Amino acid sequence: MIVKEFRELLRDRRTLGLLVGLPLILLVIFGYAANFYVDHVSAAVVGPQAEQVAASLPELFEVETVDADATDADARDLLRDDEVDVAIVTGSGAPTALIDGSNLFAAQTILGAVNATAGKIEPEVLYNPDLTTAWVMVPAIIGLILTFIGTIVTSIGLVREREAGTLEQLAVMPIKPGTVILGKIAPYFLLAAIDMAVVTVLGMLLFDVPFNGNVLVFALGAAIFLFAVLGIGVFISTISQTAGQAIQSAFFVLLPQILLSGMIFPLDAMAAGVRWIGYILPLTYFTKISQGVMLRGAGIDSLWPSFVVLTVMAVVIFTAATLRFRRDLAPERKVRA
Amino acid sequence: MTFGVEDVSVTFGDTTALRDVTIEVPAGTVVAVVGGDGAGKTTLLRTLVREASPDAGRVSAPAKAELGFLPASSGSWAALTVAQNLDFAAGAYGLTGAARDERRSELLAAADLTAAKDRLASQLSGGMRRKLGFLMAIVHRPGLVVLDEPSTGVDPVSRVDLWRLIAQEAASGAAVIMSTTYLDEAERAGHLVVLDGGEVLVQGSYDEVRATFSGTVTSASTPVREAWSWRRGHDRHEYWPDDDASADREVVAPDLEDIVIALSLVRRLAGVSA
Repeated sequence: MIVKEFRELLRDRRTLGLLVGLPLILLVIFGYAANFYVDHVSAAVVGPQAEQVAASLPELFEVETVDADATDADARDLLRDDEVDVAIVTGSGAPTALIDGSNLFAAQTILGAVNATAGKIEPEVLYNPDLTTAWVMVPAIIGLILTFIGTIVTSIGLVREREAGTLEQLAVMPIKPGTVILGKIAPYFLLAAIDMAVVTVLGMLLFDVPFNGNVLVFALGAAIFLFAVLGIGVFISTISQTAGQAIQSAFFVLLPQILLSGMIFPLDAMAAGVRWIGYILPLTYFTKISQGVMLRGAGIDSLWPSFVVLTVMAVVIFTAATLRFRRDLAPERKVRA
Repeated sequence: MTFGVEDVSVTFGDTTALRDVTIEVPAGTVVAVVGGDGAGKTTLLRTLVREASPDAGRVSAPAKAELGFLPASSGSWAALTVAQNLDFAAGAYGLTGAARDERRSELLAAADLTAAKDRLASQLSGGMRRKLGFLMAIVHRPGLVVLDEPSTGVDPVSRVDLWRLIAQEAASGAAVIMSTTYLDEAERAGHLVVLDGGEVLVQGSYDEVRATFSGTVTSASTPVREAWSWRRGHDRHEYWPDDDASADREVVAPDLEDIVIALSLVRRLAGVSA
């Protein structure tokens, strides 16, 4: 029995990968990425005393902008556009540190450092004044839910056709492969969109999470992100013969998105060796968009880099996945019939 | 209208699934393809419906709209009802509205499934589900109907029902080709094709196949040459390709099962002394 089990296991590459790869992935992630401590924050110092104040800041602050002519409004714009984690506004009185509360761990670190100045700098937390964890997590959780539906539910739905043999039936029917793919994906797209709306509204009602930005910008980001994760789901379905295999494969995709997208551990606090993984994950960019729109009221003008990256990802992943799926529906002709 | 394949060869990697196969499927005829596991039956049918690509040869099949296909799997969606499955298939072929409703009622009545029209396909018996799959394949009155082992796993009563439906479809003018592992079914087909190792061993009507079969089949409790024998009931039948059976052997009139096995042995044991 034991020998039989080992023989089966050695031929089940996915389970083997899960057994061998997962501990390694978890070890690497928790060793290098699981870090809540932020040891540097990006800062801007504006106003008449900018030079002097910038020079006196603790090492924690990596001053990127010093502008004596800039105003309080300019400082707030820098924060809203996610240019810096903190903007210090100098003037006649004590400087005010405007802290981006949507970047939770950085904000907590900055607040600690500012409080340690014993009143020399006054803190003002924007976008998340009480540094409530739920305010930061809810926009990220929306992305996670979309990822779950787009990746796991979609891939299982598609693999079920293969398992039941009905994919073959569809391939023979006079339905274009593109129509089959669209027909299979559209319900999941719609369900994910409804889920997203429900979670967003519930998050606002239950946890008082604000929605400061434009709903259309948020919806556009979500739609692009959905195409990316649906593409991953379709791709997984093309490399899986059973629902079990699809779930195993989806697990490999979901785990890094949860742990390395910045939704739990701040990207800035991760070791560079694993941080790059976070930057190739779609959820990283959707989280930037959802937190930016909901908490900071950011618009396309400041979020466009995330939109561009997400769009490129969505186009590449979705196209590659649907081309693979089409191949299952319409095999390439070796000889013209 | 005659469909079929001509000198078709299909390979998957290093494996030759079909080699120089030529088969005709005339309108109004049921062609039964028989053969053991790995004989190439499914590949032949998949080639006809353009799901497998030939490396060589010519495939003559109608456009998808004129093609009906029942795969070896159930051929229906488990979470849809009988009526919903039929409606989906009808819709895929452009049959909608009153015409669809009329066709659905007609087919359900013919297959004795009217009472089960609101049952989920997953709740049907194996035979009922295969009948549903068959109805879905013919809902649009296709010119060519391709059925991959429609009666495998189906109880004898349902098999009779299924055969009646298949025969009716051919009688109405469709060209029907089906694979089967049941030789009694194949005998009833207008034309049968015996495949082995991707090659056609023999084809024609049952009478033609019997008439062209040469050699002698004998029956005894112990065979003279084990390799050329097979079990039939309590005895073993033995094939003598050169009609040189031992005088003490009882000669039997070969049925289709004997013919299929004998021809397969000739192919496999080529070069072995008979």
